[in-house]
Amino acid sequence: MSAMIRINNVSKWYGEFQVLTECTTQVAKGEVVVVCGPSGSGKSTLIKCVNALEAFQKGEIIVDGTSVGDAKTDLPKLRSRVGMVFQHFELFPHLSITDNLAIAQVKVLGRSQDEATEKGLKLLNRVGLKAHAHKYPGQLSGGQQQRVAIARALSMDPIAMLFDEPTSALDPEMINEVLDVMTELAQEGMTMMCVTHEMGFARRVANRVIFMDRGQIIEDCGKEEFFGSPRSERAVQFLSKILQH
Amino acid sequence: MPGGRLECGHARAYLEDSMNYHWNWNVFFQPTGIGKEIYLDWFVTGFGWTVAVALVAWVIALAIGSVLGVMRTLPDSKATSFASAYVALFRNVPLLVQLFVWYFLVPDWLPESAQTWFKQDLSPTTSAYISVVVCLALFTAARVCEQVRTGIQALPKGQSHAALAMGFSRVQIYRHVLLPQAFRIIIPPLTTEFLAIFKNSSVASLIGLMELLAQTKQTAEFTANIFEAFTLATVIYFVLNMSLMKLMGRVEDRLRVPGLMGGK
Ligand SMILES: Nc1ncnc2c1ncn2[C@@H]1O[C@H](COP(=O)(O)OP(=O)(O)O)[C@@H](O)[C@H]1O
Ligand SMILES: [Mg+2]
Repeated sequence: MSAMIRINNVSKWYGEFQVLTECTTQVAKGEVVVVCGPSGSGKSTLIKCVNALEAFQKGEIIVDGTSVGDAKTDLPKLRSRVGMVFQHFELFPHLSITDNLAIAQVKVLGRSQDEATEKGLKLLNRVGLKAHAHKYPGQLSGGQQQRVAIARALSMDPIAMLFDEPTSALDPEMINEVLDVMTELAQEGMTMMCVTHEMGFARRVANRVIFMDRGQIIEDCGKEEFFGSPRSERAVQFLSKILQH
Repeated sequence: MPGGRLECGHARAYLEDSMNYHWNWNVFFQPTGIGKEIYLDWFVTGFGWTVAVALVAWVIALAIGSVLGVMRTLPDSKATSFASAYVALFRNVPLLVQLFVWYFLVPDWLPESAQTWFKQDLSPTTSAYISVVVCLALFTAARVCEQVRTGIQALPKGQSHAALAMGFSRVQIYRHVLLPQAFRIIIPPLTTEFLAIFKNSSVASLIGLMELLAQTKQTAEFTANIFEAFTLATVIYFVLNMSLMKLMGRVEDRLRVPGLMGGK
């Protein structure tokens, strides 16, 4: 399988503080990789480096053959091809759901308003929210907003999707409706890199699990191995803490 | 021009004598002795100048202030320091001093031909009008800048991240994501600035532009009905400000987003 996302020896510093230390991993086309680890271990930073929302000082990241750190790379174009879903949804509150879904298609991809709206509604239907098209983000629940955010990312026909703790800001009863959408997406063959502590989702859906601690990738293995016999002491501790819940 | 400054002693005499003050509201309908004008016409003309100064200065202030406000939020430190220096300069020098600089000093720094144009070709009224509009626009722009900056910085950082992640350019992020939200937040403080520019436009009377306050003073001098003149001016300013507040309230309602603070 060819690597859709290739991360080679990436290191990053905030001033003196090293957030990422020689991270190396790959995500193959159609693969679902779950990234977990304690808070502050650099998970968000790592996935933000993938679509250049954060810059890194050493190493390289190649997305679908394009080097992210290369000064000549058209970053807006690269970003428009990689979908991203955030912990706090980040829908645009002043735009209706329909416009949230259409605006980037129109302004970035140059699609016509009609085409963009139609595509947005199709995706909205897919995440089960067609009836809410005319509403504004502030009128939806957190779970609904996050499903819209996923639909919005999909409207750009991404080659891969990045998720940064998509369910951590949700009330427990809303977590599953979002995970269901993500599971469906994975089954359709979307390439996904998900930062999440939902170990049930990882067990069901992930191909591989990456465990990070203090800016380093400590484990990077198949999910059976990760849940069955993690090699590092830190991963064992992390798992025992998180699985107690 | 007829009439000078109302003598202080003269005015005090009226005040001390106010028990016997002879109110005469008909004064506004009396002829001024110039053409067929009545005194009310002076107020109408003055009101027109006040609105012409304030509205034009406001449009310019809004445009320049928005650009400066955006500059203050850019990662580029040169843009940020330029905008900060602008704000420091225009907020810390009194408005009147700024007006005298624009009216008396700046024209002398212009190239020869522009000087002749400004000082000789233009009527005194036009050159005073230009000076006042430039002065109020640049003064108010500094204040608008600070409001716009505050509005943008009040937005969650994730908003620009989300827009960047979808491939928006910097310009598109400001145009479609940040500014529409920031302006909604800052409508109340902007309303205050909008009202202030109408009130501040009265400085124009000091360089001879016959706006509302200048016409009021002139009427008071000509007729000696000082209380009637200033009462009418007060009522006009008051009604004007109330209407502007109503108007801005309408704008705020129109732009209100459903599901957000105050929205349905
Ligand atoms: N802008 C920043 N400046 C300085 N330090 C930062 C910045 N952003 C994140 N960090 C630090 O980098 C580390 C990793 O952060 P993050 O990637 O958000 O961790 P995680 O997502 O795993 O919780 C944390 O210690 C955090 O405090
Ligand atoms: Mg994080």
